[in-house]
Amino acid sequence: MLDHTMTIAILGVGALGAPVLLLCVHGVSSLLERPLGETATGKACQAVNVTGLLASLGVLSLMLLDGTRHESIAIGEWVSIPHYHFSVKLIFDRLSVPMAILSFVLCGTVGAFATRYMHRERGYNRFFVLYALFVVGMVLTSLAGTIETLFAGWELVGLSSALLVAFFQERPAPARNGLRVWVVYRVSDAALLLAAVVLHHLSGEGDFDQLMGAGPWPDGEAAVSGLPALIVGLLLLVAAAGKSALVPFSGWLPRAMEGPTPSSAVFYGALSVHLGAYLLLRVSAILDTSPWLAAAVVVLGVATAFYAYLVGSVQTDIKSALSFASLVQVGLIVAEIGIGFRYLALIHLLGHACLRTLQFIRAPTLLHDYHQLENAIGHHLPRSGGPLGLAPGPLRTWLYRFALERGYLDSLLAEYVVLPFVRLFIWCDAMERRWTDLLTGRAPQPVKQPTAMMEDVA
Amino acid sequence: MSVVPLPVPWMEAAIVLALVGALTVSRFRDPLRAYRWGLAFTGIAFICTLLACLGFYLCRLEGVELEGGLQVRIWGELIFGIDELNAPLLAVVGLLHFLTALATGRTKMRRFSISWSLASEAIRLATFACTAPWVLIVLLTACTIPPYLELRNRNKPTQVYALHMGLFVVLLVGGWALVESQMVSPLLAAPLVAAILIRCGTAPAHCWVTDWFENASFGNALLFVMPLSGVYAAIRLVLPVAPDWMLQWIGIASLVTAVYASGMAVVQRACRRFFAYLFISHASLVLVGLELHTAISLTGALALWISVALALSGFGLTLRALEARFGRLTLTSYHGLYESSPALAVCFLITGLTCVGFPGTLGFVAAELVVDGAVAARPMVGVALVLVGALNGIAAVRAYFYLFTGSRHASTVSLEIGMRERLAVLTLAALLLGGGMIPQPGVASRYRAAIQILQEREARLPPTDADEAVVEHAGK
Repeated sequence: MLDHTMTIAILGVGALGAPVLLLCVHGVSSLLERPLGETATGKACQAVNVTGLLASLGVLSLMLLDGTRHESIAIGEWVSIPHYHFSVKLIFDRLSVPMAILSFVLCGTVGAFATRYMHRERGYNRFFVLYALFVVGMVLTSLAGTIETLFAGWELVGLSSALLVAFFQERPAPARNGLRVWVVYRVSDAALLLAAVVLHHLSGEGDFDQLMGAGPWPDGEAAVSGLPALIVGLLLLVAAAGKSALVPFSGWLPRAMEGPTPSSAVFYGALSVHLGAYLLLRVSAILDTSPWLAAAVVVLGVATAFYAYLVGSVQTDIKSALSFASLVQVGLIVAEIGIGFRYLALIHLLGHACLRTLQFIRAPTLLHDYHQLENAIGHHLPRSGGPLGLAPGPLRTWLYRFALERGYLDSLLAEYVVLPFVRLFIWCDAMERRWTDLLTGRAPQPVKQPTAMMEDVA
Repeated sequence: MSVVPLPVPWMEAAIVLALVGALTVSRFRDPLRAYRWGLAFTGIAFICTLLACLGFYLCRLEGVELEGGLQVRIWGELIFGIDELNAPLLAVVGLLHFLTALATGRTKMRRFSISWSLASEAIRLATFACTAPWVLIVLLTACTIPPYLELRNRNKPTQVYALHMGLFVVLLVGGWALVESQMVSPLLAAPLVAAILIRCGTAPAHCWVTDWFENASFGNALLFVMPLSGVYAAIRLVLPVAPDWMLQWIGIASLVTAVYASGMAVVQRACRRFFAYLFISHASLVLVGLELHTAISLTGALALWISVALALSGFGLTLRALEARFGRLTLTSYHGLYESSPALAVCFLITGLTCVGFPGTLGFVAAELVVDGAVAARPMVGVALVLVGALNGIAAVRAYFYLFTGSRHASTVSLEIGMRERLAVLTLAALLLGGGMIPQPGVASRYRAAIQILQEREARLPPTDADEAVVEHAGK
C-alpha cells in the first residue's frame, strides 16, 4: 500500500515526467528528421497536458484531504561529490501546486488552440518542439524545490521564448527581436545564477526548505539576513525584472509580440511574464528580512505599472496593447508582493494569467468581434480619447512623446549600455587586426563599421 | 599521479595505428581512396582509445593492480600510461579525430590532408598519454609542426603562428630546464607558465588563435586547438611546481582573457573569428578553474574541459559543414540558412548552448561546479565567470540568428546535411545531451582526477592550509 508521501512523489514525478517525455519525443524525432504528424502532435500535446493536470490535481486533493500544506519530495542526487551536491527536489505547497495547475491548464488550452492555428504552417513542428521545451521549463520552475532546479527551468523558458519570438524567421525583424529578448534573459539568468550560487555558498544548501525556513509558504523565515540577504534579494529582483519585463527591461515585451499568437498568449500574456513575480513569491521570506528590499520591490512594481499604463495607452495594435496591459498587472502584482500581500498577489497572478490568455487568443479575431458588436448595436462603438488626452497642453505633448517612444527605455539602454560595450570591443578588434597585420607585414586594413550590429543595437 | 599500463596495450596500439595509417595513406594518390583508408585507420584508433579508457575503469573497478608492461621492458620506465586524468581525454581525442574525418565532405578531401591528420592524431594521442615531462615537451613541440606546414602549403602567412609557437617552444624548454635545475627561486616556473599561457591563447598572446583559424583549413584548425593540449601541459608541468601566487596570476590572466574574448565573440563579423574567440574564452575558463586549485573548482574545470572539447568540436563541425555549402560566412547580415539545412541549425544550437552550460547539457553541471568553486574561493571571480557565461551565450545565439534566420536562402540544389556529417554531429549531440542528463559518472571521475592532481601537488610543494583541508576532506 502506498503511503501519502509516496503517492505525492509518484504524482509529482508524473506531472514533471509527462512534459519531459513530450520534449524527448519531439526532440528525438526532429533530430532524426522524422517529425510527428499534425494529428499525432495534437494528441501527444493533449495527452501530456491532461496527464500533468490530473497529476497536479491529484497532489492538490491529497494535500487537502490530509491537511498538509507543504510536501518536499527528493527525486535524488543528480550529482554528488564531497563538498558539492546537486539534488533534484520537488516542492508542493500553496504556491507551487496552483502554479503547476495553471501551467497545465493554460498550456493545454493554448496547445489545443495552436494545433488549429498553426495548421500547415511551415514551422509547425518547430513550434511544438519549443512549446514542449517551454512546458518542461514552466513545470520545472513551478515545482522546483531547490534554487538550482528552478534556475534550470528558468533557462529553458528563456530559450524557448527567444526562439519563438524569432519564429517567423524569413524576416529580419523577428530575428532581431528574438536576439533582444535573449540578451535581456541572459542578464536575468546571470543575476539568478549569481543569487543561487551566493545562497548556496552562504547556507551550504540550495533547498528552498533550508533557505526559506521550514514553515510552509508563505510563513518561512529566511536562512540569510542583513547585507547578504539584501545582496541576494537585489540579484533576485534583477532576475525577476528581466523575466517579467519590469522597468528598465520592459522594452522587450512588445518586441516579443513578433511571435505567433499562441506563443504570445502563453508566454507574454500568461505564464512567462509572471515568472518574475513567481520567483519573488517563492523567495518572499528573503524580502521580509530587509525593509529596503521590500521597498525596492514596491517601487519597481509601481513604476512598471505606471509606465506600462502610459505606454499602453498609445499602442495601435492589439497585441502590443495587450502586452502593456499585462505589464500593468504584473507591476501591480510585484508591488503587492513587496507590500507583503502574498496570497493576494498569487490570486491576482492566477486570475490575470487566465484572463489575458483568453484575450490574446481572441486577438486575431478582434476585428471580427468588433464588427459583430457594431452590427448588434447598429452603430459604431464609441471611441474615447484615451487618458493622456486629459492632461494639460505641454504635459500632454510630453506624455504622448514619452508614451510613443516607450519611455525611451530602449534608447537609454542602447545608448548608455550596449553601444559603449560594442564600440569598445570593435575598437579592440581593430587594434588586434592591426597587430596581426603588423606581424605579417601586411598593410593595415581600414576599420569597417559594423552597420548591421549598430542597427540591431539601435 | 599513479599511471597504469593495461593488460592489452590499447593506448599504444592507437598511437601506432595512427602512425601506420599516416604512412600508409601518404602513399595513395587518389584522394577518395586515401580518405577511405584514413577513415578506417582513425576509426580503429578511436576504438582502441575507447577500449583503453574502458579497460582502465574496469581495472579500477575490480581493483586490479598492474605492474610492468611492454614499455618498462623497452625504456625501463613508464612513459605513456593511463590515469584518472587522461583516460577519458584519450577517448575524446580519438573521437574528435574520427568525427572530423568522418564529417569531411568530398569537396574538402583534397584540402584536408588525411595523412597529416593521422600523423597529428598520433602525436596528440602520445601527448595526452605522456607523463614524462621531457617527452611531453618534445611531443608538444612536435604538435606545432604540422600546422606550420599546413599554413605554408596553403600559401598563407606563417609569421604570427611561427612567432607565437616559437616563443612557446623556447619558453617551454627553457622553463622546464630551469625547474629541473637545482636553483631555488620562486620565479623559476615563470617561463613555463608563460609558455602555457601562450599555448592556451591567453591575452595578449592570443592573436595566433584568430590568425590560425582565419588561415588554416577549418578541420585542422579545430583539431589543433580543440583537445586543449595547453591545459594538459598546465596540469602535468605547471600545477605540480608553480607556487600559489603564480597560480593566482595565471588565474587573473585567464579570467581577464575569458571576459575579453567573450566580449569579442559578441561583436565579431566573421564566423571563424567568432569561433576562435569562443574557443579562447572557454579555454581560459578551464584554466581559471584549474588555477583556483580547490577540489570543486578543479573538478569543474576538468569536467568543463571535456564538455568544451566535445561541444566546441560539434559547434566547429557544424560551422565547417556550413562553410562547405555556403563558403566563408559573415555575421554582418542575416543568411537564413535554416530552411536549407534545419539539422545543422539544431546541432549548431545544441552544441553552442552546451558550450555556455545550458541546463540539460553536459556543460551545465561543469559550469555550475566551476562557478561554485570560484565563489567559494574568491567571490569576485565567480561574478566574472557568470558574466563570461552570459556573454558567450549571447554570442552563440547571435551567431545562430545571423546564420539561420532573418531571410530565406534560395538554392536550386539540396543543401541538406549529408549522412556522414549527420552521424558526426548527432553523435556529439547525443554525448552532450546524454552526459547532461546523467552527469554523475563523469563528474565523479573528474573529482577523482582532481584529488589525484591535488595530492601530487601537495607531495611536491609545501601545502597551504586550503590544500590540506581539501585533501583531508577528500580522504574521508
